[in-house]
Amino acid sequence: MNLNLEKINGCSVLFIQEERIDAHNSEELKEYILHLIEQGENTIIVQLERVRFIDSSGLGALLSGYKNAAAKSGKLALSNVQPQVLSMFELTRLNRVFEIYVDLNEVFDNET
Amino acid sequence: MKPKACNADIQVDVIIPTQTKYLDLIGSIGERIGKELDDFSGDREALAYHLNLVLTEATTNAIKHAYNKPEDTVRISIHIQESELNIKVYDHGQGFDLETVPMPDFDHPKEGGMGIFFIKTLMDSVTYTRQGDCNVLEIIKYLK
Repeated sequence: MNLNLEKINGCSVLFIQEERIDAHNSEELKEYILHLIEQGENTIIVQLERVRFIDSSGLGALLSGYKNAAAKSGKLALSNVQPQVLSMFELTRLNRVFEIYVDLNEVFDNET
Repeated sequence: MKPKACNADIQVDVIIPTQTKYLDLIGSIGERIGKELDDFSGDREALAYHLNLVLTEATTNAIKHAYNKPEDTVRISIHIQESELNIKVYDHGQGFDLETVPMPDFDHPKEGGMGIFFIKTLMDSVTYTRQGDCNVLEIIKYLK
């Protein structure tokens, strides 16, 4: 899976460089996020601009990250969620669980 | 007078090895078919995404329930006839009881169990039955 990690304003921003998250690559995403949390990253933003499709396993991988970050008093939020991907969060009510930002500017405006 | 154009009969049959790398292929076929359904009066982009999702979830399910034999396959059959879209996914696994799959608990979300929820929510009819040496997940969407 193509992922880029950048440190911006003290946050770990994970850019997902794939159009699709499904059961073929979601396990890798889940493990990657878990590894970040274990390394002590406690503010993770998953930037989903490139992602056009997500399935239940992809939602599960992000939810796993959210729960594990919260368990360590950290947070995992989302940004740049495309409309059809967002509709999957709405259908499963996960939009009420995650903080979802329009873009990274909104993330950092919020931080200050 | 020309008859009103209607969705032609389309039948697509695909057989894949039980490997998740083929999910993109199967989902993409569903998405393309969704975009071609000129008669569908609803949101065709949403339908295309939903078909991609439902085929991805159903195929994932079939792969997960399959026995781990390298020669095992999943067969996916998509049939559009008049205003009905019919998807059948055949697996050779031990099967499961569709009725006992719980609905997700939205107040305490869990990682698993959302796939069948998507299929049941986005489509009009879902059944899972034993046919000979296969299980068949049959999904129907009415194209009004």
